[in-house]
Amino acid sequence: MEYIFSVLVENKPGVLARISQLFSARGYNITSLTVGETDDPTISRMTIVVDGDEKIMDQVKKQLNKLIDVVKVVDLTSLPQIERELLLIKVNADKKMRSEIIEIAEIFRAKIVDVSDSDVTLEATGQKDKIDALIKLLKGYKIKELARTGRSCLPRSE
Amino acid sequence: MKKKGAEILIQTLIEEGVDTMFGYPGGQVIPIFDAIFHNTDKINFYLVRHEQAAAHMADGYARSTGKVGVCLATSGPGATNLVTGIATAYMDSVPMVAITGQVTTNMIGNDAFQEANITGITYSITKHNYLVKDVKDLHRIVKEAFYIARTGRPGPVLIDIPGDVSKAEAEFEKIEKVELRSYKPVYEGNPKQIQKAAEVIMKSRKPVIISGGGVIISGADKELRELAHKTGIPVTMTLLGMGSFPSDDELSLGMPGMHGTVYANHSLQDSDLIISVGARFDDRITGKLDAFAPHAKIIHIDIDPSSIGKSVLVDIPIVGDARMILRELNKLVSKCDIGEWMQHVKELKQKNPLAYKKSEDVIKPQFIMEALSEITGGDAIYVTEVGQHQMWAAQYINYKTARSFLSSGGLGTMGYGFPAAIGAQLGNPDKTVIDISGDGSFQMNIQELATVAMNRIPVKIIILNNMYLGMVRQWQDLFWGKRYSFTCLARQARCPESSKCPGPGDQCPEMIPDFRKVAEAYGIKAYDVSKPADVKPLLKDILKMKEPVLVNFHVAMEENVMPMVPAGSALNQILDHALA
Repeated sequence: MEYIFSVLVENKPGVLARISQLFSARGYNITSLTVGETDDPTISRMTIVVDGDEKIMDQVKKQLNKLIDVVKVVDLTSLPQIERELLLIKVNADKKMRSEIIEIAEIFRAKIVDVSDSDVTLEATGQKDKIDALIKLLKGYKIKELARTGRSCLPRSE
Repeated sequence: MKKKGAEILIQTLIEEGVDTMFGYPGGQVIPIFDAIFHNTDKINFYLVRHEQAAAHMADGYARSTGKVGVCLATSGPGATNLVTGIATAYMDSVPMVAITGQVTTNMIGNDAFQEANITGITYSITKHNYLVKDVKDLHRIVKEAFYIARTGRPGPVLIDIPGDVSKAEAEFEKIEKVELRSYKPVYEGNPKQIQKAAEVIMKSRKPVIISGGGVIISGADKELRELAHKTGIPVTMTLLGMGSFPSDDELSLGMPGMHGTVYANHSLQDSDLIISVGARFDDRITGKLDAFAPHAKIIHIDIDPSSIGKSVLVDIPIVGDARMILRELNKLVSKCDIGEWMQHVKELKQKNPLAYKKSEDVIKPQFIMEALSEITGGDAIYVTEVGQHQMWAAQYINYKTARSFLSSGGLGTMGYGFPAAIGAQLGNPDKTVIDISGDGSFQMNIQELATVAMNRIPVKIIILNNMYLGMVRQWQDLFWGKRYSFTCLARQARCPESSKCPGPGDQCPEMIPDFRKVAEAYGIKAYDVSKPADVKPLLKDILKMKEPVLVNFHVAMEENVMPMVPAGSALNQILDHALA
């Protein structure tokens, strides 16, 4: 099962290593991980998405709480939450193909951020499913490169 | 007033109550050693012969006194040599501050001479660690390190200090109180959970208490005794819980688990309630997890939430300090209605006592343990290494008080006992401290004979010498067709091939080294004993001596630790060939 942890941590060197080793020590691969400063520059928020079974994840959550540099752990897995991911994708596109790709971009509300003679680069944000769907469609045009940020999440307000 | 980093460090250590340190010099810690040089009136510094021993000494000092143990090593190899000692302390929740030198800040990450990323290496074996990049942070970091090491579930904290930070100067402004927004240990147990626990205890008909190392750490041994005596519930003590409840108490079941007593294991299996205090249901205790105590509800008292529900499913978790929780719990309980159960437990005890085949020709290791127990009357600190001797010490010595038994339970570190005994002796100068060792373990930190000799530290070293790595040999004997692959420590080049070795006998070569001669080379009094009749008189003599002594006991070579629950079996599938 997929778990999503939103973790507030001290904004200090070594924190990321401490956290990632908790997962790797138990043989779990992190699906995605995002980090960024919050409004308080001494605190960062990490969103960690990971696959694993319930018992191990319960243990991981407790271990995360045990780390001195972890301020707060929220398990978003079963909470109502807002989830977004950003995608940058560079697709093969000669002049003929370009309009088709722009059409797809419009449907997905993606932005064209770069164009050259041979390719187009799109920027898209949304939930994981939407990003997956866009990538699937663009596969038909040969993807040159892509970068995903991984998911960022916040719980919804009541 | 401006001070150098090294001075700030030492002043802060003194402020934190440190009066004893263990360590080894090196390039990047010269400034720190220079600051120690000026403070030898306040800090007794002990120079070891290998950094691993410094960490174990700090550990033994900490476990026996309850204070934070401190060790110091240089960068690179000095720091990596501490690793086993730090991991040992981490597994057994020992408060320790390990200080390491680091290459200068401008060289970090450059593969500089004697550089190791020791904070990276120790992430998973420390409660927390620090790399000090600015001398201005040093005082605060040292204060935090001690606070973290000794509070909550204690553990080792490492502080890595680059050489230039030790030399740099800063204003020394004292911090009075440490506050960490992200670290707030919970001490008080939830009253509702305690109430629930009391109700379940009073309703139980077949209860057992498991008393673990946490009882000793929190100083809850009196409260635990009160709980047992007030309710009449029997108590089994884990390896780290030895001393938390008197082994000769009528309610004591001795140790549970792999080499536990038959009656402790059957009692757990037959129980309807387990009250675990400061124990973590280690795999050596539960045996096959699915088959562990199938009818029992479980109350689990622990200060570390991550210990709860990690292996067994818990019915009533109570997070907090064992002493505070037991005090509250004791107010709510009274004598339990468990007459029938206690009859059953009594029968289990009578039918399956701890036993071994006695001998008048050859010294049985268990006999030495019994003799020690009898002669000291429990008034000593026993420290063990890891292996068969460790289990015999746990089985056959009566422990009466907390902090009288020190052993590497979690990591199982051979070579722990001797240096830990040195640390314990320095923390308890008036006590008798005995290192119970094996011929294998002792050789893992044998170099500390120098530390003992030079400082006239009066530890008593008891080697149960069977010329084997006995515990592994026992497994090979029972589960691997008696193929003693590389467990014979007497084996020499002139011996027949392993597959043609007929086993121990007159043809066997002498053991190398001769422990008596080694000790004597260090100027330490030493004895060889091979007759059972000599055991007690000699022990009586050496325990009176106010100097270090080593005794090399030549014991039965193929004696096995019994009873035994084979790995992967349920606790009631216990083997007991002791008398066979």
